[in-house]
Amino acid sequence: MADSIGICDHQNVHPMSGEISRDEVAHVASLARLRLSEDELDTFTKQLCVVLETAADLNSLDLDDVEPMAQPYPLANVLRSDEIIPSLDRDEVLAQAPVAEDGRFRVPPALGEAP
Amino acid sequence: MSELPDGWEMVIGLEVHVELATATKLFCGCANAFGDEPNTNICPTCLGLPGSLPVPNEQAVAYAMKLGRALNCTVSPSIFARKNYFYPDMPKDFQTTQYEEPTNENGFVELPNGTSVGVERAHIEEDTGKSTHLGGGGRIHDATATLVDYNRAGVPLVEVVSRPEMHDAETARSYVAELRDLLLATGVSDARMEEGSMRVDANVSVRPVGSDELRTRCEVKNINSLRSLGRAINYEARRHVDLWTNGDAPRQETRHWDEDGGRTTSGRSKEDADDYRYFACPDLPPLVPTQATIADIDATMPALPAARRSNLADAAGIAIADTTLTVERGLDGLVLEAIAAGADAGVAMKHADQNLSDGQGMLTAEAFAALITMEGEGAVSATQVKTVLAELVANGGDPAAIAGDMGFEAMDTSELDTLLDGLIQSSPDEWARFVEGDPKVQGFFVGQIMKATQGKADGKIVNQLMRQRAQG
Amino acid sequence: MNTATELAAHVRSGDQSASVALAEALGSIADSDHDINAFLHLTRDRAEQQALAIDQAVAAGTDPGPLAGVPIAIKDNMCTRGEPTTCSSKILEGWRPPYDATVISRLEAAGAIIVGKTNLDEFAMGSSTENSAFGATRNPHDLSRVPGGSSGGSAAAVAAGYVPLSLGSDTGGSIRQPAALCGVVGVKPTYGAVSRYGLIAFASSLDQIGPFATNVTDAALCYDVIAGHDPLDATSIPIEQASTLATLGDGVAGMRIGIIDELCGEGIDADVIARTHEAADALRAAGATVETVSIPATIYGLAAYYLIAPAEASSNLARFDGVRYGQRVDGVNVAAMNVATRSAGFGDEVKRRIMLGTYALSSGYYDAYYGKAQKVRSLISDEFATAYKSFDLLLSPTSPSTAFKIGAKSDPMALYMCDVCTIPSNLAGHPALSVPFGAGDDGLPIGVQVLAPMLDEAKMFRAAKVLEDAAGGQS
Repeated sequence: MADSIGICDHQNVHPMSGEISRDEVAHVASLARLRLSEDELDTFTKQLCVVLETAADLNSLDLDDVEPMAQPYPLANVLRSDEIIPSLDRDEVLAQAPVAEDGRFRVPPALGEAP
Repeated sequence: MSELPDGWEMVIGLEVHVELATATKLFCGCANAFGDEPNTNICPTCLGLPGSLPVPNEQAVAYAMKLGRALNCTVSPSIFARKNYFYPDMPKDFQTTQYEEPTNENGFVELPNGTSVGVERAHIEEDTGKSTHLGGGGRIHDATATLVDYNRAGVPLVEVVSRPEMHDAETARSYVAELRDLLLATGVSDARMEEGSMRVDANVSVRPVGSDELRTRCEVKNINSLRSLGRAINYEARRHVDLWTNGDAPRQETRHWDEDGGRTTSGRSKEDADDYRYFACPDLPPLVPTQATIADIDATMPALPAARRSNLADAAGIAIADTTLTVERGLDGLVLEAIAAGADAGVAMKHADQNLSDGQGMLTAEAFAALITMEGEGAVSATQVKTVLAELVANGGDPAAIAGDMGFEAMDTSELDTLLDGLIQSSPDEWARFVEGDPKVQGFFVGQIMKATQGKADGKIVNQLMRQRAQG
Repeated sequence: MNTATELAAHVRSGDQSASVALAEALGSIADSDHDINAFLHLTRDRAEQQALAIDQAVAAGTDPGPLAGVPIAIKDNMCTRGEPTTCSSKILEGWRPPYDATVISRLEAAGAIIVGKTNLDEFAMGSSTENSAFGATRNPHDLSRVPGGSSGGSAAAVAAGYVPLSLGSDTGGSIRQPAALCGVVGVKPTYGAVSRYGLIAFASSLDQIGPFATNVTDAALCYDVIAGHDPLDATSIPIEQASTLATLGDGVAGMRIGIIDELCGEGIDADVIARTHEAADALRAAGATVETVSIPATIYGLAAYYLIAPAEASSNLARFDGVRYGQRVDGVNVAAMNVATRSAGFGDEVKRRIMLGTYALSSGYYDAYYGKAQKVRSLISDEFATAYKSFDLLLSPTSPSTAFKIGAKSDPMALYMCDVCTIPSNLAGHPALSVPFGAGDDGLPIGVQVLAPMLDEAKMFRAAKVLEDAAGGQS
């Protein structure tokens, strides 16, 4: 698979357990663009362990022949015709932006290019 | 720096992002337009406003399937997936794309030289917005701020992923050129690299010749033309070889092609290794194309370059590689019809390649065939043919009538004989030198005869007569 | 307070002025909402304009619609153009969306008056409305207690008599549970029956918008207005749905109803179970047969939900990054700005669920967590489908207990347990509602849950009407 697909393994590398380590919580927080204090890291780790322990109940089920549920009400081919609809008013939108400049949204510099 | 040192070969895979030529974006009714004022083609959906939802554009889906079939892919039911990562040009901080079940898989592109390159997949995804970096000369590394325009966010893309089956820059360029021709032939995209409606990223690695291993590869981005593609590939492959030869190894990373500097530089740091956490997008039901839909696409597919080359090669009895220029110029139809109307295939091809570089214009196949026949019969000289052809392209008409109007009548050979006699008598020394084999006087006689006939004589026939006379 | 049905009829006939009804509603809110904190923001100008337009329409002989002049409160996770929409989060403080949610357009087209935005657990994550960044809402029956959540503000607004109707959203029970705790009717439609366009997403495959009302007839009236296909929502069901109002009084004679065994035992308070059995008796008295039915997979609902919902939420909430709207805390680069903004802007429960969800989707863990949970979801859905072959409707408690004290449940897991009865229908996608039925030993309201097969809301409302009549009518 091409590199831009990224880390793609939907493999069952780790079986479900109630355990999540402090390091894993820190890693997950950074993936989610959250910064936790040391205390928060401790508290959240404990709390997430408890929730994941409940999740471990699912291990007792035999799910080999079960398909994941795609949609509650199965639909397919929901499409829209290729016709232009008026856009939003730029001023109304930019009025809500934290910082706007030159008709665009202004942010601090991005580090590096997009993936 | 176009050749690798002995014993090394490069392994190239290309990811080409193609903007589809729809009127609106992939998931909303905003205009899909290039060059408009920033943030004037936006709505809750493509801006990713809280509460917004996507609804797929039927034309984008149709174009994606058409492209898939033009690439000889299998078209299957597909699911949209979310690729989760943070970047300011991403309104939702996830991109809606296709992951485990893409629309198109397992196809190939036939190149003009007759070889083919595998296409792993061609999937549908939404484009991102555009960032402009302020300060630092517009380069990202020294920027002081970034400005974001979301006009492009949500524009429909198909990402065509080739198999890593190319082993030199020329093949890579040929693949991209062929892909572009396919896109234009199907009308699915205007495929302009300079405008960004076709973007090429190259995955480059190297290996010892004869091995089938796949070593560490780097993705090279910021390639903006076919020429850059070749330069970037060659540079990067050489960089890899140098590293391996020095006992080192390339790091798996994204590299940025620097056109001015003629080199690649390290791009994003890979520490924050991308875990995209793909999952099926719960807001979008699957796309399930019917057999009837796919059959309809196949039935209405226009003639594609590979098929056109092959048809022309068969009809003209020539190699496929020799048909490339004619097909590129869109002249194969003309040539095929002319051949069917009795024109000599070789002559028709010669004219197509050499004398119709600006296209067919007003020239019809009948006129073309008629002119070629006149040429074959010697009714017009080679120079005259070119002139008549140019007139037919510019204004149409009938070749015989045009030749007549221009005074291009066939010259009676006996007239030329008489003229030649006259010249031999009046310039005996020159004639003697010609008979002895001096090529330089040939022009003298031809020139005199041309002057006497006001250019109507056929130079070939004059030369023929002179030779016969010299031997006789 | 008039019921919505009565009010609409009076306004349509010209007997009642919409503007006057609105003024009364605003007056009652002003009088006591500082104690209850149901509302975050009143949309006074918009409401007054709408009321005026309704009165003028009536005067001109035009019919303003089935909800003419009815004041309605909207949970603050639904977009109202030009009005604050915060999801009770600091990160969206001050944001005014440039568009209306589809349900808002449908309500206003039917003549309803949007009066204000109500409090919720931040981003709809919670069961008590204690997770709001703007203070908790109190239960009108007992101000020291929670109204339930996450739609606590909308439930309280109706229970307090400020408005006859309100909208909430339900992802794991966030309409039904507060309805039960506040003694009002709360309805979760079939997934896809009501458009989600403009509902700020929590868990996309579970979220549905639904009404709160003091009585079943009003709830049916409101449901009929908001339900229906929306081309802007690709998960919206394209089938024309039957009116729930039209058949409301048809009763339950001949229906087969099953009480879900697994939801009537351990973990449920005795008085709640007792009321549920009494509800079963009431249905029997009305001519239905009621038996126990076992749906074993329901016990796995909580575990599956607490993997699926946070996973989808972690993706849905990524967009809150300080770039385009809402609050921003600056940083030296955009990533730092994202981190600072999100860390300051999100409350603990939201952060917890984002991290849980990110983990459940992450490389190496997808199959074990999210993937597995989606399979369990199939299991639950299949078992319900099997049950519905033998039963027209199902019955269970709505909430394991009556309203608890504010601050009583500080442990996240304890709060998650509040949703054990409601979660299965979000996972399976079929409709369910809570209707008040008696009180607990503490005198606080109890609600029983009626569950129906996909798109069978009409039957569900019929049973609710029977139960309401048996319970002594509206409060």
